[in-house]
Amino acid sequence: MNKKNRIYVRVAILGLLLVALVFALYSSFVKDPNAVKVGSTAPNFSLEQLNGPDMSLSDLKGKGVVLNFWGTWCEPCKAEMPALQQKYEALKDKGLVVVGVNIGEAPVTVEPFIKQLGVDFPILLDRNSQITKLYRIGPIPTTFFVSPDGKVEEIFIGQMNEAMIESKVAKILP
Amino acid sequence: MDQRKCECGHTNPVGTLLCESCGKPLEVDLTDKAAFPDMRYEGMARRSQTYTTTIVDRIWNTFSSVKVAIWIIVVILVASGVGTIFPQQQYIPVPVPTELDVERFYTDTYGVLGTIFYQLGFHNMYSSWWFVLLLVLLGASLIICSLDRVIPLYKALSKPRLNQHKSFLKGQKLYAEAKQPEDRSAEEILAQSAEALKKKGYYLFQTDRALLAEKGRFSRWGPYVNHIGLILFLIGVLMRSLPGFHLDEYVWVREGETVPIPETPYYVKNLSFKVEYYSEDEMVEKLDLKGGAIAKNYQTDAILYLNRNADTPGAKPDLVEVQSGPIIVNHPMKHEDIYLYQSGYQEMKLGALNFTLIDLKNGDKEVGAIKLDLYNPSEEMQVAEGMKVRILDYFPDFAMGKDGKPITQTNLPKNPMFALEIIDERDAINEKLVYLQGSILTQKDNPRYGLKIEMPDLVDISGLNVRTDKALPLIFFGSFVFMVGVSMGFFWQHRRIWVQLQEGNVLIAGHTNKNWFGLRKEVQGMVEQTNLSVTLEDKTKA
Repeated sequence: MNKKNRIYVRVAILGLLLVALVFALYSSFVKDPNAVKVGSTAPNFSLEQLNGPDMSLSDLKGKGVVLNFWGTWCEPCKAEMPALQQKYEALKDKGLVVVGVNIGEAPVTVEPFIKQLGVDFPILLDRNSQITKLYRIGPIPTTFFVSPDGKVEEIFIGQMNEAMIESKVAKILP
Repeated sequence: MDQRKCECGHTNPVGTLLCESCGKPLEVDLTDKAAFPDMRYEGMARRSQTYTTTIVDRIWNTFSSVKVAIWIIVVILVASGVGTIFPQQQYIPVPVPTELDVERFYTDTYGVLGTIFYQLGFHNMYSSWWFVLLLVLLGASLIICSLDRVIPLYKALSKPRLNQHKSFLKGQKLYAEAKQPEDRSAEEILAQSAEALKKKGYYLFQTDRALLAEKGRFSRWGPYVNHIGLILFLIGVLMRSLPGFHLDEYVWVREGETVPIPETPYYVKNLSFKVEYYSEDEMVEKLDLKGGAIAKNYQTDAILYLNRNADTPGAKPDLVEVQSGPIIVNHPMKHEDIYLYQSGYQEMKLGALNFTLIDLKNGDKEVGAIKLDLYNPSEEMQVAEGMKVRILDYFPDFAMGKDGKPITQTNLPKNPMFALEIIDERDAINEKLVYLQGSILTQKDNPRYGLKIEMPDLVDISGLNVRTDKALPLIFFGSFVFMVGVSMGFFWQHRRIWVQLQEGNVLIAGHTNKNWFGLRKEVQGMVEQTNLSVTLEDKTKA
């Protein structure tokens, strides 16, 4: 084998190995390629609504969406509900929707809870936690702030107060 | 200078130990027997030895070094060992929702060493970037080391060394020399030797003064075949990161429930779950199980559905049955690339509460049955004509909140509490009562209706492990190729016997890569059959 061929063959083999290396390192850094991250498009879903028709995320295109994952057993979720309700009332005419996704509970549990808190933004029932898994929800409350074009602007884990919600919502108003 | 000239006139590449043409050792003092080159690669120049000019060659040469390969293997071994000192993240016993909690777990449980373990990424070793990097480097080393040696070796072995230099023969571990018997010609001696060796299954290469008998050459390819197997194995492992190639999910399914399988368009329904235990007389010897029992079999009778409406997650599913049957430990349900394994169970969990509604003012007359499904309670039930029961509130895991109001601690029915309203439309009676922890609390002191508590529905919950591993056939095939390669190198030997007539002497030499005893026996047999008066000597160095 002459020198030129030798270099070509070696470059080809080393190149293939480099591709394998890059791929392996990439997949070890990006553990979960389907995770919902800031900047990615919020995956569409459709769920039954408490006291209302089924609702899809895609129905809310053009509006700023606050997607709040919660459960009745979660004290901080309960504590931030009134703040979410206030912001919803104040900004719903400006194109804001607050959507509460309840994790795996029966309507007979959710309804009295919601009534007691005086919440009237749409509550969706994720009965078999499918959307909770899709959005990789760990601790709750976890809230996604989705812009009118469907992009996730911010993900917040933990309880929020009114001021926090206000500053985060400012980024997603149409 | 890229070439070396041997005294026979052949020019060899730099790094050649034995002349490619005549087999004479190059650059070696012939009087020193101990310095006879290693026969491992037939004294050929490894491809990388000649070239060190460009950066490409330098990288290539680094990977072609067995020393480097051994270091990579040592580092992988040590790292794998260290990774077992503390448990990997997936095996830590408490739920850890965030990365911070994971770190805290290692620090709190194992102290400073735990912190270091976590910081260096040992808690998730097999998918950490540096472990993956080491595996890819090992793969690169395997490929380049093999190529660097197999090509020269192939070239050397495909040209059998027939007419070798005397010093080549002399240098072999098995060597004998004798005067040529006067009563026989060179042709006769060679023909007799050839016949003896042919019976032993040797291939023969002959000229008028030289004979080479060879067998088991293919065993020399064993190490390279097993390296190919290892590389296929590594590619298989790498392929698991491709989307759709690997899935490892866990779902809990109650009896009667249909749940979606995450990351797939499938749903699975648990028709019933069974567990059988060994009875005492089935045991070979008496065991003290301390009140426990040993499961003989557990299985889920399941139906697998395809959701034709899977494009929008969460949307009402449109299910078509694709398969049904039992899922037994070690006998998964298989559909295309998806396997459902029986993996765990929770027995006798509360599924529904049962009551009988009784008319207390009417001689405790039974009005009807009430079933409260703990997972999916319906808001209103018709108990009898004109009689309804409505659920006002349901707390699956009841506790008293700080503000004195009832709350639920989880969404699992561990301690269910129901507030019910009983509506008698005919007599316009409306009564409220509460069920909690096996007792009924009524709102009124002297109510018309009461509840008799019946046996609750107990359900088993089956844990199914859902797996896809499309790379598995490649991993198995790689393992198989690896075993073939190991067997080739292990159970066969490459044996060669040279017989030459030079200057009135018969020279006999033999070489094998292992099992010298076997080779010596065959040479001895040949010497006896040809009636040559030579004694085979043992040399310590090949």
